[in-house]
Formats: sequence, structure tokens, C-alpha cells
Amino acid sequence: MENSEKTELVLLACGSFNPITNMHLRLFELAKDYMNGTGKYKVIKGIISPVGDAYKKKGLISAHHRVIMAELATKNSKWVEVDTWESLQKEWTETAKVLRHHQEKLEASICDLQQNSPVLQKPGRKRKWAEQKQDFSEKKSLEQTKTKGVPKVKLLCGADFLESFGVPNLWKSEDITKILGDYGLICITRAGNDAQKFIYESDVLWKHQNNIHLVNEWITNDISSTKIRRALRRGQSIRYLVPDLVQEYIEKHNLYSSESEERNVGVVLAPLQRNTTEVKA
Amino acid sequence: MILPLEHLLVIEDSRVAEAARVDVSDRMKSRIPVVLLACGSFNPITNMHLRLFEVARDHLHQTGRYQVIGGIISPVNDNYGKKDLVPARHRVAMARLALQTSDWIRVDSWESEQAQWMETIKVLRHHHSELLRSLPRMEDPDQGSASSPTSAAVPELKLLCGADILKTFQTPNLWKDTHIQEIVEKFGLVCVTRAGHDPKGYVLDSPILHRYQDKIHLAREPVQNEISATYVRWALSRGQSVKYLLPDAVISYIREHDLYLRDASPERNEGLPTQGGPTSSFPTTSS
Repeated sequence: MENSEKTELVLLACGSFNPITNMHLRLFELAKDYMNGTGKYKVIKGIISPVGDAYKKKGLISAHHRVIMAELATKNSKWVEVDTWESLQKEWTETAKVLRHHQEKLEASICDLQQNSPVLQKPGRKRKWAEQKQDFSEKKSLEQTKTKGVPKVKLLCGADFLESFGVPNLWKSEDITKILGDYGLICITRAGNDAQKFIYESDVLWKHQNNIHLVNEWITNDISSTKIRRALRRGQSIRYLVPDLVQEYIEKHNLYSSESEERNVGVVLAPLQRNTTEVKA
Repeated sequence: MILPLEHLLVIEDSRVAEAARVDVSDRMKSRIPVVLLACGSFNPITNMHLRLFEVARDHLHQTGRYQVIGGIISPVNDNYGKKDLVPARHRVAMARLALQTSDWIRVDSWESEQAQWMETIKVLRHHHSELLRSLPRMEDPDQGSASSPTSAAVPELKLLCGADILKTFQTPNLWKDTHIQEIVEKFGLVCVTRAGHDPKGYVLDSPILHRYQDKIHLAREPVQNEISATYVRWALSRGQSVKYLLPDAVISYIREHDLYLRDASPERNEGLPTQGGPTSSFPTTSS
């Protein structure tokens, strides 16, 4: 398939990034290789969106630091960047809203581009119905456009994310539908069979299975942020598990300790709080 | 990393942290200095190789008995004859790049520069004598003007390896029994756990290892990270990204010198799926 027919993709990863690790960064690389490899997509950007402090997860240190660490980690990346919109919101923001924010942002910038460039059409050319329908989002000029329409945002995640859909009150069912239906998931998993089974056993996942791309991670890569924080508390080295700049930043600012791990203990996680409150109401 | 005082007051893990990191001069004097030597193909060097050193160092410090003062990476000689082995000059150069940011590990090309492949025991003996030669000399009153290194300061050279290497001691004819004995008795082993291996079991199963089990340190990698160089070579030959698996400088070197471009045949990559590549995934998802 030529470049002109490929759908441009932006990969969005939401999460605590507490701290960001080499494993998080690998997710982007694996997803990009996979989606580009299908021949149907062209991955143009990766976005890391650290969650806001209002999420109230245990051990979550301030967004300020988490954003800086993510920026240090992506300093040497040509295509992955950090976005602070979500972290700057005063209240916790559902993932579906973050996806929508980024999709709208993309559409707005495409519109700006199109308004500035002339759209030429052959006079008298009979336009097919399909073309007319697509005209709104795909104004093709006679000059070759590189790809098909507005880039699409897809949510990049690990298998634990997929399984979290099953946790009661963590997700609103309409949000799950939006995420899967309007956007789509790229899920990096070590145990592909478990993920497939999980999809099979869930009606909503099953319905949208074509929008869930499972990508296998062949390397047993267990660099979880939880383990990083534990290693730091025990005075153990985290070198080569996180980018050097991140390791230096953590050390310089003494970010993780037994005290920081006690943050938000006893506090209800924001989505649980919100979803149970609304149910009661 | 020296922890600030307030961390020492926290009960949880404090004793461990103290033993590992706090610079208490009394402790330092009685600790045995150790240099870790890792032999291998390093084809190419990965973040996991580098982790072995960090994990081993943490483990030895935690025992309270050792102070790791250096690390050596010794890439194997080209004549080892392993398939897909790129020339030693590249493997040494890549290791050097990987270690640019390390303040205690270095690469040594002596083994790779020898005319032929040599057993690990010879590499250990070589580096041990080099270590002795580089020590500050002390006057020995009993021997007049002749000098010798103080026994308290003589560093121990230990072989650093993954648990998979420990298992290879069992492979018939791969190692000489006398060598295995000398390795564990005279030098000592630091063995970092890997998934699917039972290093304690290997030690108990082998009479030689069992006898010298106190000279075999089994270090547990708390954060499992199995970056096999085989996988990396496979990914490179397929044009897939290996970023964050190896240091960026090593990746640049590989690209500049067009290394690992040839797609290795499936037989050479045991354990990896033969239907690999970016487009293969799971039948139920769209492609």
C-alpha cells in the first residue's frame, strides 16, 4: 500500500509514570513497529500523558516531577513527546476525555493546515458519492497528500490495562465503549493467549476486537515502576532499567522513599470515588 | 548513592540500605575488595549485561563483607566459533560505548586479542595477576627490601555470570572439572538469577559446586529483564527497534557499521518463534 492510503496514527499512553521506565518507552517502539508493519498505518507521533495528582494513587509523587522525568526520558526520541494537559487539570480526567482532547487537537490543526492550502478540483469532474461523503475530512488537493485524512489517536497500553476494564467501578461502561469504538487500543502483551482469552470473555471487548491490536512482547520485561520504587527504598541500583537522565534526576531530588510511598494511603482512587458516587446519586 | 540521614531512621529496609550504601569507614577497612569479571560474546552488549554488574554489586555490598571496586567486561575471542559473532573489534567498541557513562566498569580487549580462544580460567588468571601487579606495594620487614602487597588489600577477582552459565557446568566436556574447581575455589562466582533457572539446584547437584558453595554468591535480580542478545540480533535483522534495550550509543554504532543486518535462520534462534516479524500477531485481531 502506498503512503497515500495509509492511516496516520498517534499513539497515546496514559498512566502514572511513577517513574517512567525503559519498559514504558519500549511500548512505543513495539507498537510503532507493529502498526507500521501491517502496511495500513503510519505512526507519526507518540504522546506520554502522565496522570494528574488528583488521581490519588498510593505512592504517586507530584506531577511536576513525573512530567520532568518523562521529558528527560524522551529527550533522545525523535517521535515520542510528553503532554502535560492531563496533569494540569485540577480534577482527575477520564481517559476517554484525554483521548478526545488529543483527537480534537489533531483535527483542529489539520483544519488550520487545510484552510491555508488551496484545494483544487478539476472542473466538471463527476464526484462519486463516497468522495462527497469523505469530502469534509479529506479535502484532496491535486498536489499529492501524504496520507488518508486526519491522524487517528489510539490508546497504547499493557495487558494489565485491558484487564483493568474488569475492575468494578474503575471504568464507566460508556467510556470503555468510547475508547474501544471511537479510538482503539494497541495492547502490548507478553502472554498473548491470556489477553485473547480476556477479550473472548468480555462482551464489550469482543464486540470491538477489531479495534484492539495485540502486540507480543517477546522479551520478559518486568520493569514495573513499583519495583523501581522498591529497589530505590532498598538502596538498590536502578541503572539500565530507566534512562540515565531519569536515574540521575531521581537521585538528585531524592524522589522516592518510604514516606513518598505512603502518600494517598487510605484515600480512595479518584475514578472509584467518582463512579461510586454517581451510582449512588 | 549515599542516603540522607532521615532515611536511616526509617525502620523498613534501613539495615539493608545501610549495609549497601552508607560510607562507614570502619566497615570499609574490613571489607574485602572485589573486582567482577564477566566473560561472554557481548554480541551485542545489552542493558541486561550491564544490569548483571549492578545487581551483583548490590548483592555483595548487602552481605556486608565485600566492597566492589571495579568491573571488567571481557568479550570473547573471534575464534570461539560461535555463529553470528561479529568481529571482536566491533564488540569491544560497542562495550566501550555502553560503558562510557559507567564510573566503575570497563571493557578489556586482552582476551579478544589473543591468537586463539582461551578457557575462562586463563582469562581469570590473567586479570588476577594484572590486579596484583597494579596494587600499591608495601615494604615487608621480613623480606628486607622486597615488597609485597598487603594481604588485607588484595582484591578478589570473581567471575560474574548469569544462572544459565552455571547450568553449563553440567554439560559434558564443555568445562574441565579442574577448571571449575579452580574457578570456584580460587576466585569465586557471582551468579545472577535468570527466569527458568534454578541456580541453587545447580549448586546442590554438582559435587564441586556443592563443596565450594560458600564461594558462590547467588544474586537475585529484583526486576526481571530478559534482554537476550539473540533477540536483539533478530530484531535488528528485521528492521525492528531495539531502542531502550541497549544504550543509544551502541545502537548508533550498529547502524553506522551495518552490523547484524543478515536475517539469521530460525535454527540459530532456538526458543524464538519461527513465525516472527512485525506482521505476525494473533489471528483474532485485525491486521
